[in-house]
Amino acid sequence: MGSFQSLPDDHQYRTLSQKTGFSLEQIGILHNRFKQLSQNEDTLRRDDLKTIQDLESNPIRSQIIEAFFDKRNFQKDATGSVQEIGFEEFLTVMSYFRAPAHQITEEQREEIRRAKLRFLFNMHDTDNDGTITLEEYRHVVEELLSRSGALGRETAKGIADAAMLEVASITVGPMAPDEFYEGITFEQFLKILKGVEIETRMHIRFLNMDTTVLCK
Amino acid sequence: MKQDVFLCICFASVGYGENVDVTTKATAGFPSKSPLWSSNDDTAGTEADKTNPELFTLNYARIKIPFEITLWVLLASFAKIGFNVYHKITVWVPESCLLISLGFVVGGVMHAVRKEPPAVISSNVFFLYMLPPIILESGYFMPTRPFFENVGTVMWFAVVGTLWNTMGIGISLFAICQIEEFGVQDINLQENLLFAAILSAVEPVAVLSVFEDISINEQLYIVMFGECLFNDAVTVVLYNLFNHVAAMEVDEPAVIFMDIGGFFVVGLGGIFFGLLFGFLTAFTTRFTGKVREIEPLVIFMFSYMSYLIAELFALSSIMAILICTLSMKYYVEENVSQRSCTTIRHVIKMVGSVSETLIFFFLGVVSITTEHEWNWGYILFTLFFTLFWRFLGILVLTQIINPFRKIPFNFQDQFGLAYGGLRGALSFALAFTLPNSIPHRKLFITDTIAVIIFTVFIQGITIRPLLKLMNIRKTNRNLETINDEIHKRLMEHTVAGIEDLCGQWSHYRWKDMFMKFNNRFIRKILIRDNRPESSIVSLYKKLELRNALEILDTMSGDISAAPSLMSLYEERKNASKHKKFLPSDVENMHELLSKNMYKIRQRTVSYTNRHSLPNENIAKEILMRRHTTIRSSLRSGSFHATNSANTSHKFSSLPVGQSLNSGFPPGRFRHTGYIHVPPALAT
Repeated sequence: MGSFQSLPDDHQYRTLSQKTGFSLEQIGILHNRFKQLSQNEDTLRRDDLKTIQDLESNPIRSQIIEAFFDKRNFQKDATGSVQEIGFEEFLTVMSYFRAPAHQITEEQREEIRRAKLRFLFNMHDTDNDGTITLEEYRHVVEELLSRSGALGRETAKGIADAAMLEVASITVGPMAPDEFYEGITFEQFLKILKGVEIETRMHIRFLNMDTTVLCK
Repeated sequence: MKQDVFLCICFASVGYGENVDVTTKATAGFPSKSPLWSSNDDTAGTEADKTNPELFTLNYARIKIPFEITLWVLLASFAKIGFNVYHKITVWVPESCLLISLGFVVGGVMHAVRKEPPAVISSNVFFLYMLPPIILESGYFMPTRPFFENVGTVMWFAVVGTLWNTMGIGISLFAICQIEEFGVQDINLQENLLFAAILSAVEPVAVLSVFEDISINEQLYIVMFGECLFNDAVTVVLYNLFNHVAAMEVDEPAVIFMDIGGFFVVGLGGIFFGLLFGFLTAFTTRFTGKVREIEPLVIFMFSYMSYLIAELFALSSIMAILICTLSMKYYVEENVSQRSCTTIRHVIKMVGSVSETLIFFFLGVVSITTEHEWNWGYILFTLFFTLFWRFLGILVLTQIINPFRKIPFNFQDQFGLAYGGLRGALSFALAFTLPNSIPHRKLFITDTIAVIIFTVFIQGITIRPLLKLMNIRKTNRNLETINDEIHKRLMEHTVAGIEDLCGQWSHYRWKDMFMKFNNRFIRKILIRDNRPESSIVSLYKKLELRNALEILDTMSGDISAAPSLMSLYEERKNASKHKKFLPSDVENMHELLSKNMYKIRQRTVSYTNRHSLPNENIAKEILMRRHTTIRSSLRSGSFHATNSANTSHKFSSLPVGQSLNSGFPPGRFRHTGYIHVPPALAT
């Protein structure tokens, strides 16, 4: 366990803890990491995140970084993106990945699931119009396949199209001749991912160990 | 069952025929065939030959051994056929029970004619010939990804759980032995521990088929599977250890310590050889491009070799063959041809299945024909302790490991794990290979058989209704759609990215690191033509290949009419393109799909049914009656590019949830549908 000299802004930590659900220790550790990334400034910028070496090889790196600066993830009902974020926003985004507690009700579980899926949805929906269009989906698939190099854009297009088709058929079903399929809305998104277990896939075990020394 | 009776009689009469002095004549139940056999024992035959050359001689001695083996295997196969005739039987009564019962019958018959059962359960035959196929089968069909995600839990239960069970049962039985009334005071601690080691080998066959049937949640399935598998390895090591100790007159603590150290050496040595041979196999298959016929052979021989070499050095051969299989599977399946892949799977399934069947069968036979030593107290307490320690063990171990798991085990899961601890083949074989120097050998054998029969019959039959009653968590993995796959990948990458960002690592990091290492080094060495592939793409490739084969298979003889390979890669590009997703497009695609009706298959085999090959639920929904329709629509102008025309994206997915009768007018193919590509993206 790391030792903290004096918890700065203890009161601030408490409010953060209540808001995001992290424990005080975890907040402390994350704050250390925040300071490490932002080189001890108060705000974090995109470039700071881009310097993380381990993140280089991640195919969806840009989306992840973007997610931190996306106002929709700050739970304040705002849209658009910002240039820099403070620790509170950093923590808010992190809280999407917290593990749900063991003893929670079904509704709470559902809520958490929605929140996590909303995060994913926002990652896809870059133009903020509330739907994932074919183009946006294709973009995501291309990114995912970008490391495999061999087959490239054509495959990605084909796969993305097939995926969209699936969504269309599951959620909308047979449509009237003059209807126009805009894209995937959030509700449809929820529906198609009903089978996937989100809780385990989208959570990070936050250790009570200060690992800032170990990471680059 | 008539065939079985017939075969029993055949076999018994064969055995009867080979006795040189034919004392007992055939009893009433035998059909008239037996006189044919009985009239020709060897001495009579050769004498007759000399005086009177016969046109028709029977030389039984020459073919005796292969003949008996073949006959037993055939008998086992007929049994399997017989059991699966009526499906409901195998649902309610696990196949192992049926096999053992059949074994009882045959054993009874053989006992009646005073014939000894074949020496299958001798140490060499079992450990060198019958056990490796079973382990190979289990290892090859283990779903690798869930396994590696749960490897900690699996090893925890396998190693610590087995030790717990062994120590617990051994010591409590020793305590029981002290009670005078049972009359077994002469069994010392080492022998009790040895016996306990035998009893801690858990047998997965019956339980796993029940689990599959009720679609139990994947975590439980994989933990049970993995535990049983590795538990075999640990049991054998413990058995050898205690055997060695029990045979010694004096037990010095120092020697016991060394042996415990040897435990780890043995395990790690096994793993080392497994990796070595796995690597060799994968490497060899890189070069078999021109000689596809021997590919399966290479796989089998190397796996078996890993087993044998580990045995040579007295290391854990089970671990060796397991690790060999696990490590080579991924690379081998990339290198070998599709046919070889199928052959390998078929053969492994076949041999493993025969082996298992035979073992259960012999269990039944031998239970009747051996001399038993029965001791009420000891045996009943054994049963009790076996159950008790298993339940207690699972409870305690789960409490300890649950905090480390992402999906903790709830009470029903634990019950399933504990109650599913049946004993079977390995315990049986180990009991039989007990050295004769142990005074109460017969008691141990009887006891083992009793425990096996109890667990297989009672627990095996009741586990299914019990699990259903307890409302155990089921899997919700139905059809894996493209979206699922994409989003799973997405989530993994996201989580890995966030972890890197905040410096909190979990197993995703190790996975990522391994994948990088894999792509950079291992794949280059082991795989023939190396392209780093995403799983999404390989999913499509495999799908395509199978689709193609299927089309060729079902459209018998009419290959020219088969639609060109449903290829996601083919795009007919068009002139005017702009982005829209017209409803007519969607309908069009619906039609396309409903005509072709392939399902996207799961990439990883999450369950393997013990009685069939994986991926057998190939969508057989290609409607034959639409052949002409497809053919005509293919030939019509709709697929050929005209100026305003279509990109024919041929998708190979049945929209999930759609039934085949999706209400679209059959046969008509609209020209108007297309997906347009935005000019900006089109290159």
